[in-house]
Amino acid sequence: MKNAFIIALLLLVSACQPSSTDEVNLYSARKEALMQPLLEAFTKETGIKVNLISSKADALLTRIQNEGANSPADVLLTTDAGRLHRAKSAGVFAAIKSDLLNDSIPNQYQDQDQQWFGLSVRARPIMITEAAKDIKLVSYEDLAKPELTGKICIRSSGNIYNQSLTASLIEHLGAEPTESWVKGLVNNLARKPQGGDRDQIRAAAAGQCSVVVANTYYLANMLADQDKPQDVAAANKLRVIWPNQNDRGTHVNVSGAGVIKTAPNKENGIKLIEFLASDKAQQIYADVNFEYPVKAGIELNSILRGWGEFRADELALSKLGENNASAVQLMDRAGWK
Amino acid sequence: MRRYISWQIVSIGTSALIFFPLLTLAWLSFSADSALWTHLVDTVLRDYIVSSLILMIGVGLVTLTLGIGSAYIVTQFDFAGVRFFNWALLLPLAMPAYITAYAYTGILDVAGPAQVFIRDSFGVQYGDYWFPEIRSIGGAIFVLSFVLYPYVYLLARASFLEQSQRLPEVAQLLGCNRRQAFFKITLPIARPAIVAGLSLALMETLADFGTVSYFGINTFTTGIYRTWNGFGSVANAAQLALMLLTFVVILLAIEKSSNKRAAYHTNASSAQGKAEKLTGSRQLFAIGLVSTPLLLGFVVPTATLFSWAIGNAQQLTQASFWKLITNTLILASVTAILAVSLALIVAYSYRISQSKISLVAKQIVGLGYAVPGLIIAVGTLIPLAYLDNAIDGAMSRYFGLSTGLVLSGSLIALIIAYLVRFLAVALKSVDSGLDRIAKNMDQAARSLGASPVKVLKRVHLPILRSSVLTGILIVFVDVMKELPATLVLRPINFNTLAVRAYEMASDERLSDAALPSIMIVLAGLLPVILLSRKIKQ
Repeated sequence: MKNAFIIALLLLVSACQPSSTDEVNLYSARKEALMQPLLEAFTKETGIKVNLISSKADALLTRIQNEGANSPADVLLTTDAGRLHRAKSAGVFAAIKSDLLNDSIPNQYQDQDQQWFGLSVRARPIMITEAAKDIKLVSYEDLAKPELTGKICIRSSGNIYNQSLTASLIEHLGAEPTESWVKGLVNNLARKPQGGDRDQIRAAAAGQCSVVVANTYYLANMLADQDKPQDVAAANKLRVIWPNQNDRGTHVNVSGAGVIKTAPNKENGIKLIEFLASDKAQQIYADVNFEYPVKAGIELNSILRGWGEFRADELALSKLGENNASAVQLMDRAGWK
Repeated sequence: MRRYISWQIVSIGTSALIFFPLLTLAWLSFSADSALWTHLVDTVLRDYIVSSLILMIGVGLVTLTLGIGSAYIVTQFDFAGVRFFNWALLLPLAMPAYITAYAYTGILDVAGPAQVFIRDSFGVQYGDYWFPEIRSIGGAIFVLSFVLYPYVYLLARASFLEQSQRLPEVAQLLGCNRRQAFFKITLPIARPAIVAGLSLALMETLADFGTVSYFGINTFTTGIYRTWNGFGSVANAAQLALMLLTFVVILLAIEKSSNKRAAYHTNASSAQGKAEKLTGSRQLFAIGLVSTPLLLGFVVPTATLFSWAIGNAQQLTQASFWKLITNTLILASVTAILAVSLALIVAYSYRISQSKISLVAKQIVGLGYAVPGLIIAVGTLIPLAYLDNAIDGAMSRYFGLSTGLVLSGSLIALIIAYLVRFLAVALKSVDSGLDRIAKNMDQAARSLGASPVKVLKRVHLPILRSSVLTGILIVFVDVMKELPATLVLRPINFNTLAVRAYEMASDERLSDAALPSIMIVLAGLLPVILLSRKIKQ
């Protein structure tokens, strides 16, 4: 019994020490299932094995910081620019010297010091049902209008995409106007914030609200999920409105990655990010999770094409990170749960 | 006292293991931003405290009712299926609370089949009819209670069974009826065990993140996470966690003082009393009562999971999926056995030495359970990574050899974090068993020349068997379900069922989350059945 126990413990400890040399260690805030198709394609093309740990971005960052010089981490991949900025401020990234990345990824989606690069674009527009079609709704600012009282579904302010959206408004409008905007928005909520983005879409389709703020890939995933006819039907009841097309453009965020300063396989790390920015990988991003490609010239998925082209906010994404804490404070004060 | 020095050293060592992560929190919170603290106090802290309190009171009341009620029925009465219910009532323990929350939301939400059915069949719109809102504090109390009542049930039932039945029999001879004998004799004797079960349920409630965050309820735990991710401040998150810890200390103090007046021992072997045979409508009524928690806590959510899993069964053919299962099972068994062994040492060391220091050690061990896994993970990671780097630095300086991350990059860190969190559970269940053994039994055995180890082996362990097994069972199932610490600390390329289920569910891919969740339940089923048989014997 005792021996079996010790053997089991040893097995556990030794089972997971990566040993091969041509490899790269990826700390990913993007879920394993979403990364897997990309990583398999990468290994197939380069022969480099990818060791993966997926977790929450802040946990991964804390882990890298504490593991220090001995950290096995080569690449940190996050699902929002705020966290990339946070990692940069914490000093864990090294600048990446890659002409390939510099040339293919537009300036607005990369760090000015080349410490991180965006890899997919996530747009957070407004979506409405038939019930709201007569309300003039052309900007995020309109969400605070009194005629929308009790009509809006949006998830909690703990969600990073809501924090980023508010952070962008702080940059564009200033802190005080943003705070009154949040207050107006909170007044217009149909229900206490809850659930994920898809839940907001489902609630709108069920008639609990008529205006939703959500990332587009959630809507697209629902539309494409043939196994769930009720989700397809729900998603079909919503129409995408691209806000602020006449001024700054619709709020976007990126998922992206940087190479760790202490990376044991730095070259392979850069290769991985370069691969993720390749046409092939960009296509996979678009097809697996219906995100917008970060670079020009990639054919859009047909669902995305159906919503038409839009003008994206060109605000430097590092601002989302810089303003994140003030955004959360402001949301706390304004009572966005 | 010096004779027990080796016992005490192990006991203190164990508590140090628990204490270091908590100490790390204190150390972290020194660097907390005071302006941010003021902001939290001004805006959200009251909400966190109030919600957490309401949740605890609600879950406390419901778990007590369900746990004691069902334990009473299955131990005092004999009816069709009573042997089945005896172990089946434990099944909800195998359900991760957040999975149950997803399942009920799937059914009862505004877009779920229940409300769609109402709208379609009566031709009404949302808002025209009343329907309970599942994603509310009431909903959270419902979900958490039906998942957590087995803690009370398990310990209450064990206590009812371990008690000598002679006392209630005597009471009945003296003119009490059966019910009076239960309430006047059996229940008071079981009180320490019931309170222990209740405090486990409440600590689990305090630490819950998955359910409350999905339901949009702002408790301490969601607040801690929000402070970390929203403000990027680990220090302020640690500060909140410390405040949560004072809640726990108060809770434990209440538990202590309530048990102080209760020192009931039993020397007799647990001769089983005869359960009252139920027939006719009383039998049906009893079956109906004990079916309710089983149905709502297990059958409904599991059936929902199965309905989602249909069409996703191809996962079963993937080797990686089976790897998840073995990873999870090995991790859970290793931790469970380790936790109960250490708990035995800590509890026993205090019993034989009665020294202050081993009492402190014992109390420290009890703290970890209510601390959210995420925070424990950080508290474990920081000292271990520091130690790793120190060792590595020393080794490369003197021997030119880099050892890398031996502890923090491996499963050792994860197992330590599990111990920090779950040792309290093991200790509770061992302790509540040990408390019921009269001290003069030890003295008798010692005076006959037996060493402490021998007394433990020959006298206590046989009596304690059901408590020890209970401890192993709860820790095993808890580790299987554990998510936040696993998410932060697991080694590269290592996944568990809970991680997979969570990743799918949090991406709102519930049908993909269903199969790993079912596997957690199924894998938890076997030990539940095996152990409850043994406990029963």
